[in-house]
Amino acid sequence: MIELKNIHKSFEDKQVLRGVDLQVKKGESLVVIGGSGSGKSVLLKHIIGLLRPDQGTVMIDSTDLLALDEDGLNEIRKKFGMLFQAAALFDSMKVWENVGFGLKRHTKLPDAEIKEIAVQKLKMVGLVNIEDVMPSELSGGMRKRVGLARAIAMEPDILLYDEPTTGLDPIMADAINKLIIEMREKLDITSVTITHDMKSAYKIADTIAMLYNGVIIETGSPDEIENSSNEIVRQFVEGRAEGPIVLEGIER
Amino acid sequence: MLIKFIEWIGAAVEGVIIGIGKISILLYNVLRGIFKPPFEIKNTLRQMLEIGVNSLPVVLITAVFTGMVLALQSYTGFKRFGAEGLVGSIVALSMTRELGPVLTALIVTGRAGASMAAELGTMRVTEQIDALETLATNPVKYLIVPRFIAGTIMLPALVVVTDIIGILGGYFVTVVLLNAGSRTYMKATWDFLQAEDIYNGLIKAAFFGAAFTLISCYKGFYTKGGAEGVGRATTGAVVYSSMAILISDYFLSAWLFK
Ligand SMILES: Nc1ncnc2c1ncn2[C@@H]1O[C@H](COP(=O)(O)OP(=O)(O)O)[C@@H](O)[C@H]1O
Ligand SMILES: [Mg+2]
Repeated sequence: MIELKNIHKSFEDKQVLRGVDLQVKKGESLVVIGGSGSGKSVLLKHIIGLLRPDQGTVMIDSTDLLALDEDGLNEIRKKFGMLFQAAALFDSMKVWENVGFGLKRHTKLPDAEIKEIAVQKLKMVGLVNIEDVMPSELSGGMRKRVGLARAIAMEPDILLYDEPTTGLDPIMADAINKLIIEMREKLDITSVTITHDMKSAYKIADTIAMLYNGVIIETGSPDEIENSSNEIVRQFVEGRAEGPIVLEGIER
Repeated sequence: MLIKFIEWIGAAVEGVIIGIGKISILLYNVLRGIFKPPFEIKNTLRQMLEIGVNSLPVVLITAVFTGMVLALQSYTGFKRFGAEGLVGSIVALSMTRELGPVLTALIVTGRAGASMAAELGTMRVTEQIDALETLATNPVKYLIVPRFIAGTIMLPALVVVTDIIGILGGYFVTVVLLNAGSRTYMKATWDFLQAEDIYNGLIKAAFFGAAFTLISCYKGFYTKGGAEGVGRATTGAVVYSSMAILISDYFLSAWLFK
Protein backbone atom coordinates (compact mmCIF):
# COMPACT_ATOMS: atom_id res chain seq x y z
CA MET A 1 0.00 0.00 0.00
CA ILE A 2 2.66 2.50 1.08
CA GLU A 3 6.30 1.87 0.37
CA LEU A 4 9.16 4.26 1.01
CA LYS A 5 12.60 3.29 -0.20
CA ASN A 6 15.88 4.89 0.69
CA ILE A 7 14.45 8.36 1.36
CA HIS A 8 17.06 11.06 1.83
CA LYS A 9 16.13 14.63 2.67
CA SER A 10 18.22 17.63 3.67
CA PHE A 11 17.31 21.24 4.37
CA GLU A 12 20.14 23.55 3.41
CA ASP A 13 23.07 21.60 4.89
CA LYS A 14 21.08 19.84 7.57
CA GLN A 15 20.51 16.15 6.84
CA VAL A 16 17.18 15.08 8.29
CA LEU A 17 16.47 11.74 6.60
CA ARG A 18 19.37 9.54 5.53
CA GLY A 19 17.85 6.51 3.87
CA VAL A 20 14.47 5.70 5.35
CA ASP A 21 12.80 2.44 4.29
CA LEU A 22 9.24 1.90 5.35
CA GLN A 23 6.35 -0.33 4.33
CA VAL A 24 2.72 -0.20 5.34
CA LYS A 25 0.33 -2.91 4.26
CA LYS A 26 -3.32 -2.34 3.44
CA GLY A 27 -5.36 -2.02 6.63
CA GLU A 28 -2.26 -1.85 8.79
CA SER A 29 -1.72 0.73 11.48
CA LEU A 30 1.91 1.80 11.58
CA VAL A 31 3.19 4.02 14.34
CA VAL A 32 6.43 5.92 13.91
CA ILE A 33 8.14 6.92 17.14
CA GLY A 34 11.19 9.10 17.60
CA GLY A 35 12.47 12.13 19.48
CA SER A 36 11.43 15.71 18.85
CA GLY A 37 13.15 17.10 15.78
CA SER A 38 14.15 13.66 14.54
CA GLY A 39 12.27 14.20 11.28
CA LYS A 40 8.99 12.41 11.93
CA SER A 41 6.85 15.18 10.44
CA VAL A 42 9.23 15.48 7.51
CA LEU A 43 8.87 11.74 6.91
CA LEU A 44 5.07 11.93 7.01
CA LYS A 45 5.03 14.81 4.52
CA HIS A 46 6.92 12.66 2.04
CA ILE A 47 4.14 10.08 2.03
CA ILE A 48 1.60 12.58 0.70
CA GLY A 49 3.99 14.46 -1.56
CA LEU A 50 4.19 17.69 0.42
CA LEU A 51 7.95 17.25 0.40
CA ARG A 52 9.99 15.61 -2.32
CA PRO A 53 12.96 13.48 -1.34
CA ASP A 54 16.45 14.36 -2.54
CA GLN A 55 16.83 10.67 -3.26
CA GLY A 56 14.60 7.60 -2.96
CA THR A 57 11.13 6.50 -4.05
CA VAL A 58 7.60 6.74 -2.67
CA MET A 59 5.05 4.20 -3.90
CA ILE A 60 1.34 4.45 -3.06
CA ASP A 61 -0.72 1.48 -4.26
CA SER A 62 2.03 0.72 -6.77
CA THR A 63 1.89 4.27 -8.15
CA ASP A 64 5.17 6.16 -8.13
CA LEU A 65 4.24 9.36 -6.33
CA LEU A 66 7.26 11.25 -7.61
CA ALA A 67 6.43 10.56 -11.24
CA LEU A 68 2.97 12.08 -11.03
CA ASP A 69 2.06 15.47 -12.48
CA GLU A 70 -0.05 17.90 -10.51
CA ASP A 71 -3.41 16.43 -11.53
CA GLY A 72 -2.26 12.92 -10.81
CA LEU A 73 -0.96 13.96 -7.43
CA ASN A 74 -4.24 15.66 -6.56
CA GLU A 75 -6.13 12.56 -7.64
CA ILE A 76 -4.09 10.35 -5.33
CA ARG A 77 -4.32 12.85 -2.50
CA LYS A 78 -8.07 12.36 -2.45
CA LYS A 79 -7.35 8.93 -0.98
CA PHE A 80 -5.58 10.57 1.95
CA GLY A 81 -6.59 12.35 5.09
CA MET A 82 -3.96 14.14 7.08
CA LEU A 83 -3.97 15.54 10.58
CA PHE A 84 -1.26 18.15 11.06
CA GLN A 85 0.74 18.49 14.24
CA ALA A 86 -0.72 21.93 14.99
CA ALA A 87 -4.02 21.13 13.21
CA ALA A 88 -3.45 23.71 10.41
CA LEU A 89 -7.09 24.78 10.41
CA PHE A 90 -8.08 27.47 7.90
CA ASP A 91 -8.59 30.40 10.22
CA SER A 92 -10.67 32.37 7.75
CA MET A 93 -13.37 29.67 7.78
CA LYS A 94 -15.85 28.42 10.31
CA VAL A 95 -15.30 25.01 11.86
CA TRP A 96 -17.84 23.25 9.64
CA GLU A 97 -16.35 24.85 6.52
CA ASN A 98 -12.98 23.50 7.59
CA VAL A 99 -14.33 20.01 8.05
CA GLY A 100 -16.34 20.18 4.82
CA PHE A 101 -13.59 21.76 2.71
CA GLY A 102 -12.75 18.64 0.73
CA LEU A 103 -16.43 17.82 0.16
CA LYS A 104 -17.12 21.35 -1.01
CA ARG A 105 -14.28 21.22 -3.50
CA HIS A 106 -14.52 17.71 -4.80
CA THR A 107 -18.21 16.83 -4.65
CA LYS A 108 -21.37 18.53 -5.85
CA LEU A 109 -23.13 18.23 -2.50
CA PRO A 110 -25.18 21.26 -1.42
CA ASP A 111 -23.88 23.28 1.53
CA ALA A 112 -26.64 22.10 3.84
CA GLU A 113 -25.65 18.49 3.31
CA ILE A 114 -21.94 19.24 3.70
CA LYS A 115 -22.68 20.95 6.98
CA GLU A 116 -24.67 17.96 8.12
CA ILE A 117 -21.78 15.63 7.35
CA ALA A 118 -19.38 18.01 9.09
CA VAL A 119 -21.54 18.04 12.20
CA GLN A 120 -21.61 14.26 12.20
CA LYS A 121 -17.81 14.00 11.82
CA LEU A 122 -17.36 16.54 14.61
CA LYS A 123 -19.54 14.42 16.81
CA MET A 124 -17.31 11.43 16.09
CA VAL A 125 -14.37 13.34 17.58
CA GLY A 126 -16.40 14.43 20.57
CA LEU A 127 -17.27 17.96 19.51
CA VAL A 128 -20.82 19.28 19.48
CA ASN A 129 -22.30 22.72 18.84
CA ILE A 130 -19.09 24.26 17.59
CA GLU A 131 -19.75 24.05 13.85
CA ASP A 132 -20.39 27.78 13.52
CA VAL A 133 -17.44 28.86 15.63
CA MET A 134 -14.22 30.27 14.13
CA PRO A 135 -11.07 28.17 14.79
CA SER A 136 -9.38 31.03 16.66
CA GLU A 137 -11.93 30.62 19.44
CA LEU A 138 -11.00 26.99 20.09
CA SER A 139 -8.54 25.48 22.56
CA GLY A 140 -5.54 23.54 21.28
CA GLY A 141 -7.12 20.17 21.95
CA MET A 142 -10.32 21.17 20.22
CA ARG A 143 -8.42 22.42 17.19
CA LYS A 144 -6.68 19.10 16.94
CA ARG A 145 -9.97 17.26 16.99
CA VAL A 146 -11.41 19.54 14.33
CA GLY A 147 -8.31 18.74 12.29
CA LEU A 148 -9.05 15.08 12.80
CA ALA A 149 -12.66 15.55 11.71
CA ARG A 150 -11.42 17.32 8.57
CA ALA A 151 -9.00 14.46 7.87
CA ILE A 152 -11.73 11.82 8.03
CA ALA A 153 -14.45 13.87 6.32
CA MET A 154 -13.81 12.44 2.86
CA GLU A 155 -13.62 8.88 4.20
CA PRO A 156 -10.09 8.34 2.96
CA ASP A 157 -8.29 5.01 2.49
CA ILE A 158 -5.14 6.24 4.15
CA LEU A 159 -4.88 8.42 7.23
CA LEU A 160 -1.75 10.22 8.33
CA TYR A 161 -1.79 11.42 11.92
CA ASP A 162 0.92 13.76 13.16
CA GLU A 163 0.92 13.50 16.96
CA PRO A 164 -2.84 13.06 17.35
CA THR A 165 -2.79 12.89 21.15
CA THR A 166 -0.13 15.49 21.98
CA GLY A 167 -1.65 18.34 23.97
CA LEU A 168 -4.83 16.47 24.88
CA ASP A 169 -5.80 15.49 28.39
CA PRO A 170 -5.44 11.73 29.10
CA ILE A 171 -9.13 10.99 28.77
CA MET A 172 -9.48 12.82 25.47
CA ALA A 173 -6.24 11.21 24.29
CA ASP A 174 -7.72 7.81 24.99
CA ALA A 175 -10.90 8.74 23.16
CA ILE A 176 -8.81 9.69 20.14
CA ASN A 177 -6.91 6.41 20.37
CA LYS A 178 -10.25 4.59 20.35
CA LEU A 179 -11.37 6.58 17.36
CA ILE A 180 -8.21 5.72 15.44
CA ILE A 181 -8.70 2.03 16.24
CA GLU A 182 -12.34 2.27 15.25
CA MET A 183 -11.52 3.92 11.94
CA ARG A 184 -9.22 1.06 11.11
CA GLU A 185 -11.55 -1.71 12.22
CA LYS A 186 -14.75 -0.35 10.73
CA LEU A 187 -13.45 1.28 7.58
CA ASP A 188 -10.36 -0.83 6.98
CA ILE A 189 -8.22 2.28 6.87
CA THR A 190 -4.47 2.16 6.45
CA SER A 191 -2.75 4.60 8.76
CA VAL A 192 0.58 6.06 9.66
CA THR A 193 0.67 7.73 13.05
CA ILE A 194 3.47 9.77 14.49
CA THR A 195 3.72 10.00 18.20
CA HIS A 196 6.02 10.02 21.16
CA ASP A 197 3.18 9.01 23.45
CA MET A 198 4.14 5.34 24.02
CA LYS A 199 0.86 4.50 25.70
CA SER A 200 -0.97 5.58 22.59
CA ALA A 201 1.55 3.82 20.35
CA TYR A 202 1.04 0.46 22.05
CA LYS A 203 -2.70 0.88 21.82
CA ILE A 204 -3.14 1.78 18.19
CA ALA A 205 -0.19 0.12 16.48
CA ASP A 206 -0.01 -3.12 14.54
CA THR A 207 3.58 -2.23 13.88
CA ILE A 208 5.89 0.30 15.50
CA ALA A 209 8.93 1.76 13.75
CA MET A 210 11.53 3.91 15.43
CA LEU A 211 13.16 6.80 13.58
CA TYR A 212 16.56 7.78 14.89
CA ASN A 213 19.37 9.70 13.26
CA GLY A 214 17.56 9.82 9.94
CA VAL A 215 16.92 6.09 9.56
CA ILE A 216 14.44 3.51 10.83
CA ILE A 217 16.49 1.61 13.40
CA GLU A 218 13.89 -0.96 14.38
CA THR A 219 10.48 -2.19 13.26
CA GLY A 220 8.28 -4.62 15.12
CA SER A 221 5.00 -5.39 16.84
CA PRO A 222 4.24 -3.44 20.03
CA ASP A 223 5.42 -6.46 22.03
CA GLU A 224 8.67 -6.72 20.15
CA ILE A 225 9.35 -3.01 20.58
CA GLU A 226 8.52 -3.10 24.27
CA ASN A 227 11.00 -5.92 24.75
CA SER A 228 13.55 -4.72 22.23
CA SER A 229 17.19 -5.45 22.87
CA ASN A 230 18.28 -2.30 21.05
CA GLU A 231 19.56 0.10 23.71
CA ILE A 232 18.36 3.16 21.83
CA VAL A 233 14.83 1.78 21.45
CA ARG A 234 14.77 0.71 25.08
CA GLN A 235 15.84 4.12 26.28
CA PHE A 236 13.14 5.80 24.20
CA VAL A 237 10.21 3.57 25.10
CA GLU A 238 11.14 3.61 28.77
CA GLY A 239 11.56 7.37 28.63
CA ARG A 240 14.95 7.57 30.33
CA ALA A 241 17.27 10.58 30.07
CA GLU A 242 20.28 8.27 30.57
CA GLY A 243 21.37 6.11 27.68
CA PRO A 244 22.94 6.13 24.25
CA ILE A 245 20.60 8.79 22.79
CA VAL A 246 22.42 12.08 22.75
CA LEU A 247 20.28 15.07 23.58
CA GLU A 248 21.69 18.10 21.84
CA GLY A 249 22.73 20.83 24.21
CA ILE A 250 22.05 18.88 27.39
CA GLU A 251 25.19 18.09 29.34
CA ARG A 252 25.37 14.87 31.26
CA MET B 1 36.60 47.10 2.92
CA LEU B 2 36.28 47.45 -0.83
CA ILE B 3 36.14 43.67 -1.24
CA LYS B 4 33.40 43.49 1.39
CA PHE B 5 31.45 46.13 -0.48
CA ILE B 6 31.83 44.35 -3.81
CA GLU B 7 30.75 41.10 -2.17
CA TRP B 8 27.74 42.85 -0.73
CA ILE B 9 26.79 44.23 -4.15
CA GLY B 10 27.30 40.78 -5.64
CA ALA B 11 25.04 39.14 -3.07
CA ALA B 12 22.37 41.79 -3.57
CA VAL B 13 22.43 41.39 -7.36
CA GLU B 14 22.33 37.62 -7.01
CA GLY B 15 19.34 37.90 -4.66
CA VAL B 16 17.45 40.12 -7.09
CA ILE B 17 18.17 37.84 -10.05
CA ILE B 18 17.08 34.72 -8.15
CA GLY B 19 13.99 36.59 -6.95
CA ILE B 20 13.08 37.62 -10.50
CA GLY B 21 13.55 34.04 -11.65
CA LYS B 22 11.30 32.65 -8.92
CA ILE B 23 8.65 35.31 -9.49
CA SER B 24 8.68 34.50 -13.22
CA ILE B 25 7.98 30.86 -12.41
CA LEU B 26 5.17 31.91 -10.09
CA LEU B 27 3.77 34.20 -12.80
CA TYR B 28 3.81 31.31 -15.25
CA ASN B 29 1.91 29.10 -12.79
CA VAL B 30 -0.55 31.91 -12.06
CA LEU B 31 -1.23 32.52 -15.75
CA ARG B 32 -1.72 28.80 -16.30
CA GLY B 33 -4.03 28.68 -13.29
CA ILE B 34 -6.22 31.47 -14.65
CA PHE B 35 -7.32 29.41 -17.63
CA LYS B 36 -7.66 26.05 -15.93
CA PRO B 37 -10.94 25.04 -14.29
CA PRO B 38 -12.26 25.02 -11.63
CA PHE B 39 -12.52 28.80 -11.69
CA GLU B 40 -12.32 30.35 -8.26
CA ILE B 41 -15.13 32.82 -8.87
CA LYS B 42 -16.23 33.27 -5.30
CA ASN B 43 -12.69 33.82 -4.07
CA THR B 44 -12.01 36.27 -6.87
CA LEU B 45 -15.12 38.31 -6.09
CA ARG B 46 -14.17 38.40 -2.43
CA GLN B 47 -10.70 39.68 -3.32
CA MET B 48 -12.15 42.27 -5.68
CA LEU B 49 -14.25 43.51 -2.82
CA GLU B 50 -11.26 43.53 -0.51
CA ILE B 51 -8.93 45.34 -2.92
CA GLY B 52 -11.46 47.59 -4.61
CA VAL B 53 -14.22 48.52 -2.24
CA ASN B 54 -12.30 48.41 1.02
CA SER B 55 -9.50 50.56 -0.42
CA LEU B 56 -11.95 53.19 -1.57
CA PRO B 57 -11.81 55.49 1.50
CA VAL B 58 -8.02 55.89 1.49
CA VAL B 59 -7.96 56.17 -2.27
CA LEU B 60 -10.61 58.91 -2.24
CA ILE B 61 -8.77 60.94 0.35
CA THR B 62 -5.48 60.58 -1.51
CA ALA B 63 -7.10 61.56 -4.79
CA VAL B 64 -8.90 64.64 -3.59
CA PHE B 65 -5.88 66.07 -1.79
CA THR B 66 -3.55 65.28 -4.68
CA GLY B 67 -5.84 67.13 -7.08
CA MET B 68 -6.10 70.00 -4.63
CA VAL B 69 -2.39 70.41 -4.07
CA LEU B 70 -1.68 70.12 -7.78
CA ALA B 71 -4.11 72.95 -8.45
CA LEU B 72 -2.75 75.05 -5.63
CA GLN B 73 0.88 74.67 -6.65
CA SER B 74 0.35 75.14 -10.36
CA TYR B 75 -2.00 78.09 -9.84
CA THR B 76 0.46 80.03 -7.69
CA GLY B 77 3.36 79.02 -9.92
CA PHE B 78 1.68 79.73 -13.24
CA LYS B 79 0.37 83.05 -12.05
CA ARG B 80 3.93 84.38 -12.22
CA PHE B 81 3.80 84.24 -15.98
CA GLY B 82 0.11 84.68 -16.40
CA ALA B 83 -0.72 81.09 -17.34
CA GLU B 84 -3.14 80.33 -14.52
CA GLY B 85 -5.76 79.51 -17.13
CA LEU B 86 -3.93 76.23 -17.73
CA VAL B 87 -4.34 74.87 -14.21
CA GLY B 88 -7.16 72.60 -15.34
CA SER B 89 -4.94 71.02 -17.98
CA ILE B 90 -2.11 70.46 -15.56
CA VAL B 91 -4.35 68.77 -13.05
CA ALA B 92 -6.09 66.61 -15.63
CA LEU B 93 -2.93 65.49 -17.40
CA SER B 94 -0.96 64.86 -14.21
CA MET B 95 -3.76 62.90 -12.65
CA THR B 96 -4.64 60.67 -15.58
CA ARG B 97 -1.16 60.04 -16.90
CA GLU B 98 0.91 59.85 -13.78
CA LEU B 99 -0.31 60.53 -10.28
CA GLY B 100 -3.61 58.69 -10.49
CA PRO B 101 -2.07 55.33 -11.39
CA VAL B 102 1.10 55.63 -9.31
CA LEU B 103 -0.31 57.05 -6.10
CA THR B 104 -3.29 54.71 -6.14
CA ALA B 105 -1.00 51.75 -6.73
CA LEU B 106 1.27 52.76 -3.85
CA ILE B 107 -1.63 53.31 -1.46
CA VAL B 108 -3.30 50.02 -2.38
CA THR B 109 0.03 48.21 -2.04
CA GLY B 110 0.42 49.57 1.48
CA ARG B 111 -3.01 48.32 2.37
CA ALA B 112 -3.92 45.27 0.35
CA GLY B 113 -0.41 44.12 -0.59
CA ALA B 114 0.72 44.12 3.02
CA SER B 115 -2.35 42.24 4.15
CA MET B 116 -1.95 39.65 1.37
CA ALA B 117 1.64 38.97 2.37
CA ALA B 118 0.69 38.74 6.04
CA GLU B 119 -2.24 36.45 5.36
CA LEU B 120 -0.43 34.06 3.04
CA GLY B 121 2.66 34.18 5.26
CA THR B 122 0.61 33.15 8.27
CA MET B 123 -1.00 30.39 6.25
CA ARG B 124 2.44 29.15 5.25
CA VAL B 125 3.98 29.07 8.72
CA THR B 126 0.89 27.47 10.28
CA GLU B 127 0.89 24.80 7.53
CA GLN B 128 -2.49 25.87 6.16
CA ILE B 129 -0.98 25.93 2.67
CA ASP B 130 0.24 22.36 3.16
CA ALA B 131 -3.24 21.46 4.39
CA LEU B 132 -4.75 22.88 1.17
CA GLU B 133 -2.46 20.62 -0.82
CA THR B 134 -3.41 17.54 1.18
CA LEU B 135 -7.03 18.39 0.41
CA ALA B 136 -6.14 18.14 -3.29
CA THR B 137 -6.34 21.88 -3.82
CA ASN B 138 -3.66 23.76 -5.73
CA PRO B 139 -2.75 26.64 -3.41
CA VAL B 140 -1.43 28.88 -6.20
CA LYS B 141 -4.75 28.59 -7.97
CA TYR B 142 -6.85 28.83 -4.84
CA LEU B 143 -4.98 31.66 -3.12
CA ILE B 144 -2.88 33.62 -5.60
CA VAL B 145 -4.84 33.55 -8.86
CA PRO B 146 -7.93 35.26 -7.34
CA ARG B 147 -5.76 38.00 -5.80
CA PHE B 148 -3.87 38.50 -9.04
CA ILE B 149 -7.03 38.81 -11.11
CA ALA B 150 -8.65 41.09 -8.54
CA GLY B 151 -5.60 43.38 -8.41
CA THR B 152 -5.31 43.61 -12.18
CA ILE B 153 -8.98 44.51 -12.59
CA MET B 154 -9.59 46.62 -9.53
CA LEU B 155 -6.60 48.92 -9.70
CA PRO B 156 -7.67 50.47 -13.03
CA ALA B 157 -11.21 50.74 -11.64
CA LEU B 158 -9.88 52.62 -8.62
CA VAL B 159 -7.80 54.85 -10.89
CA VAL B 160 -10.91 55.91 -12.81
CA VAL B 161 -12.30 57.10 -9.49
CA THR B 162 -9.00 58.73 -8.56
CA ASP B 163 -8.84 60.62 -11.87
CA ILE B 164 -12.34 62.01 -11.48
CA ILE B 165 -11.98 62.90 -7.81
CA GLY B 166 -8.56 64.45 -8.40
CA ILE B 167 -9.91 66.69 -11.14
CA LEU B 168 -12.84 67.68 -8.92
CA GLY B 169 -10.40 68.43 -6.09
CA GLY B 170 -8.44 70.66 -8.45
CA TYR B 171 -11.66 72.34 -9.50
CA PHE B 172 -12.59 72.99 -5.90
CA VAL B 173 -9.28 74.71 -5.09
CA THR B 174 -9.08 76.69 -8.32
CA VAL B 175 -12.67 77.81 -8.58
CA VAL B 176 -13.94 77.88 -5.01
CA LEU B 177 -10.86 78.76 -2.97
CA LEU B 178 -8.86 80.80 -5.47
CA ASN B 179 -11.89 82.29 -7.23
CA ALA B 180 -10.71 81.56 -10.75
CA GLY B 181 -13.28 81.04 -13.49
CA SER B 182 -15.16 77.78 -13.54
CA ARG B 183 -15.50 77.84 -17.35
CA THR B 184 -11.77 78.36 -17.81
CA TYR B 185 -10.91 75.41 -15.59
CA MET B 186 -13.26 72.99 -17.30
CA LYS B 187 -12.24 74.21 -20.75
CA ALA B 188 -8.57 73.77 -19.91
CA THR B 189 -9.35 70.29 -18.64
CA TRP B 190 -11.12 69.16 -21.77
CA ASP B 191 -9.03 71.01 -24.35
CA PHE B 192 -5.82 69.14 -23.76
CA LEU B 193 -6.99 65.86 -22.28
CA GLN B 194 -7.05 63.03 -24.79
CA ALA B 195 -8.58 59.63 -24.56
CA GLU B 196 -5.17 58.01 -24.74
CA ASP B 197 -4.02 59.91 -21.65
CA ILE B 198 -6.76 58.17 -19.76
CA TYR B 199 -6.47 54.68 -21.15
CA ASN B 200 -2.68 54.61 -21.11
CA GLY B 201 -2.93 55.59 -17.45
CA LEU B 202 -5.31 52.69 -16.95
CA ILE B 203 -2.95 50.30 -18.72
CA LYS B 204 -0.24 51.36 -16.29
CA ALA B 205 -2.66 50.81 -13.42
CA ALA B 206 -3.47 47.28 -14.60
CA PHE B 207 0.23 46.51 -14.80
CA PHE B 208 0.82 47.90 -11.31
CA GLY B 209 -2.11 45.87 -10.00
CA ALA B 210 -0.65 42.69 -11.47
CA ALA B 211 2.83 43.55 -10.16
CA PHE B 212 1.95 44.33 -6.57
CA THR B 213 -0.33 41.32 -6.13
CA LEU B 214 2.25 38.99 -7.65
CA ILE B 215 5.10 40.34 -5.53
CA SER B 216 3.06 40.47 -2.32
CA CYS B 217 1.70 36.96 -2.82
CA TYR B 218 5.18 35.69 -3.65
CA LYS B 219 6.57 37.18 -0.45
CA GLY B 220 3.77 35.70 1.64
CA PHE B 221 3.63 32.34 -0.08
CA TYR B 222 7.32 31.60 0.43
CA THR B 223 7.53 32.88 4.00
CA LYS B 224 9.95 31.06 6.28
CA GLY B 225 10.59 31.28 9.97
CA GLY B 226 7.48 31.79 12.06
CA ALA B 227 5.97 35.08 13.15
CA GLU B 228 9.20 36.94 12.51
CA GLY B 229 9.23 35.61 8.96
CA VAL B 230 5.68 36.88 8.43
CA GLY B 231 6.78 40.34 9.53
CA ARG B 232 9.71 40.26 7.14
CA ALA B 233 7.48 39.06 4.29
CA THR B 234 5.03 41.88 4.89
CA THR B 235 7.69 44.58 4.90
CA GLY B 236 9.34 43.02 1.87
CA ALA B 237 6.05 42.91 0.00
CA VAL B 238 5.49 46.65 0.43
CA VAL B 239 9.09 47.66 -0.28
CA TYR B 240 9.58 45.53 -3.38
CA SER B 241 6.10 46.21 -4.77
CA SER B 242 6.60 49.95 -4.37
CA MET B 243 9.98 49.81 -6.07
CA ALA B 244 8.59 47.71 -8.89
CA ILE B 245 5.77 50.22 -9.37
CA LEU B 246 8.05 53.26 -9.44
CA ILE B 247 10.69 51.70 -11.69
CA SER B 248 8.26 50.15 -14.15
CA ASP B 249 6.33 53.44 -14.20
CA TYR B 250 9.24 55.15 -15.92
CA PHE B 251 9.61 52.50 -18.59
CA LEU B 252 5.89 52.10 -19.16
CA SER B 253 5.52 55.86 -19.49
CA ALA B 254 8.41 56.08 -21.95
CA TRP B 255 6.81 53.31 -23.98
CA LEU B 256 3.14 54.33 -23.80
CA PHE B 257 3.31 58.12 -24.05
CA LYS B 258 5.34 58.70 -27.18
N1 LIG C 1 10.57 23.11 5.61
C1 LIG C 1 11.67 22.99 6.37
N2 LIG C 1 12.75 23.77 6.11
C2 LIG C 1 13.88 23.64 6.84
N3 LIG C 1 14.03 22.78 7.85
C3 LIG C 1 13.00 21.98 8.16
C4 LIG C 1 11.76 22.04 7.44
N4 LIG C 1 10.91 21.14 7.94
C5 LIG C 1 11.60 20.53 8.95
N5 LIG C 1 12.83 21.03 9.08
C6 LIG C 1 13.85 20.59 10.05
O1 LIG C 1 13.89 19.19 10.04
C7 LIG C 1 14.06 18.68 11.34
C8 LIG C 1 12.99 17.65 11.65
O2 LIG C 1 11.76 18.31 11.78
P1 LIG C 1 10.40 17.54 12.10
O3 LIG C 1 10.17 16.49 11.09
O4 LIG C 1 9.35 18.58 12.23
O5 LIG C 1 10.69 16.88 13.52
P2 LIG C 1 9.69 16.02 14.40
O6 LIG C 1 10.29 14.67 14.47
O7 LIG C 1 9.67 16.67 15.75
O8 LIG C 1 8.36 16.02 13.75
C9 LIG C 1 14.03 19.86 12.28
O9 LIG C 1 15.35 20.14 12.67
C10 LIG C 1 13.47 20.98 11.45
O10 LIG C 1 14.06 22.18 11.82
MG1 LIG D 1 6.65 16.83 14.19
